[in-house]
Amino acid sequence: MKLLQALADGAVVAKRNLIKIKRVPDLLVFSTAAPIMFVLLFAYVFGGSIQIPGMDYREFLMAGIFAQTVLFGATITGSGLAEDMTKGIIDRFRSLPMARSAVLVGRTTSDLVNNALVIVIMMITGLIVGWRIHSSPLEALAAVGILLLFAYAFSWAMAWIGLLVRSPEVFNNASFIFIFPITYIANTFVQSENLPAGLRHVAEWNPVSAVTLAARELFGNTSPLQTPPDVWPLQHPVLASLGWVVVFLLIFVPLANYQYKRAVAR
Amino acid sequence: MTDAIVAEGLVKRYGSVVALDGLDLTVPEGTITGLLGPNGAGKTTAVRVFTTLLEADEGSARVAGLDVRKQADELRTKIGLSGQYAAVDDNLTGFENLDMVGRLYHLGRARSRERARELLARFDLEDAADRPVKGYSGGMRRRLDLAGALVAKPTVLFLDEPTTGLDPRSRLGMWDVIEELVKGGTTLLLTTQYLEEADRLADQIAVIDHGRVIAEGTADQLKDQVGGERLELSVATSAELSTAAGTLAGLAVGQIDADDRQNHLTVPVTGGSSVLMEAIRRLDAESVKVLDIGLRRPTLDDVFLALTGHVADDSAQGEQK
Repeated sequence: MKLLQALADGAVVAKRNLIKIKRVPDLLVFSTAAPIMFVLLFAYVFGGSIQIPGMDYREFLMAGIFAQTVLFGATITGSGLAEDMTKGIIDRFRSLPMARSAVLVGRTTSDLVNNALVIVIMMITGLIVGWRIHSSPLEALAAVGILLLFAYAFSWAMAWIGLLVRSPEVFNNASFIFIFPITYIANTFVQSENLPAGLRHVAEWNPVSAVTLAARELFGNTSPLQTPPDVWPLQHPVLASLGWVVVFLLIFVPLANYQYKRAVAR
Repeated sequence: MTDAIVAEGLVKRYGSVVALDGLDLTVPEGTITGLLGPNGAGKTTAVRVFTTLLEADEGSARVAGLDVRKQADELRTKIGLSGQYAAVDDNLTGFENLDMVGRLYHLGRARSRERARELLARFDLEDAADRPVKGYSGGMRRRLDLAGALVAKPTVLFLDEPTTGLDPRSRLGMWDVIEELVKGGTTLLLTTQYLEEADRLADQIAVIDHGRVIAEGTADQLKDQVGGERLELSVATSAELSTAAGTLAGLAVGQIDADDRQNHLTVPVTGGSSVLMEAIRRLDAESVKVLDIGLRRPTLDDVFLALTGHVADDSAQGEQK
């Protein structure tokens, strides 16, 4: 009963956040503009210089773009919370008999919905530049599911950072330090095999690599001439991705909740 | 009559800054109490403790018969808070804001909507109900915020500086709204740094400074504490000022305060208008040319100055949040 109530409270807060997407459509336009530009940049500018044996680079590219897009989308959680913290609305929430967790649950849930919307737009963009799904609809759906699940877990990490820094401007800079290496020292845009030894190890164990490869395999965007690097997470990318989701949630849900309680008690 | 708020020895420290320093306060049910003090006096901190937003380091507080620490969850169903910063969402319409608050009070879907419409009508926001709050004026936002505090018909209502930052016209409008509101018998704790506001709205006033209540009573009682009426007059020259001071010494019930730069005299007196007549007669007999003369009741500004030794708005400290 208490759990149901908490979920209902979370849904009310999520609805509040989603109304913002409707009222400020520029937000969605600009959160998709950047990834679309990335697709064009890599498909038509850099793509010609990157060779993936046995397949077209654009087929390789899109799973990486999806991973990047949902990671960037997950940062909205942090900036949204940081923005809320600067306003009186958090005090109002805290004075209401609602579940303590509702602000965080609502925020991460609405950002998940936002990410689902963005990924649909990105898939359409991919189809336009020549990306195709070579697997069954169920596998394709599983790919989207893994991307979104990972983004959801990641948004709890962003929530924690957003509550830690308490200012949307600072968050945007702080999250970049985190987002940049995790997105690019990976197999998102290039094959990790081509990286120098040190970076290659980082890339192979980077959670984002597992997620990207899982999506790549489930969409059927792999080359028959390529075998995944011989490390466990990339040999079992789906399992590894789900494992990372659990690890992220176990670490960052309590941390974010702790930080929320601490931050509002000032 | 039972007490809606009882606070005993509340202490809250932020590092070396002491926001609350043993605050004691009692608010009887059904009354309006004004918590009056300058910026940084601890008003907001006190409200945050009473509304469960903040835990005090020491001391205890009961609101509506419930312990703010141990029974916080239950207490939140019984209180309404409207803060210094209008706690409304800019991207939501007025209706959506109130509906959301209703849902979070667990009123249910139908009741939340009904209550939102009711309050919008009551606060004269019907026309703006379905427009995003972004386009609201400062006064409209405050009214909506206040409406938000009333959604669940709270037994104890907290208004933290409800008119700070409003223009004079909106402030008057807000006062009307608050006066109307408490006719229904809600207990209200109102914090303000405007003495005029406390005087007009509150049944009883607690003056707070440096995290402690330094005086309590009705506005009249506080004024009496500083002394009764004063005769104030201005003359043209400093020679006349000393003549006037000598002439009126017999009427004074306390020390006469002479300001020789402004040629202004303040004489504490009792006896109302007959004293005024007598003063004019005596001054006339001495041929003192009086530019201006009047009998004044002390304002809460005087009360504050007398109690704290500094004027209310003159505070170097920042507001404690």
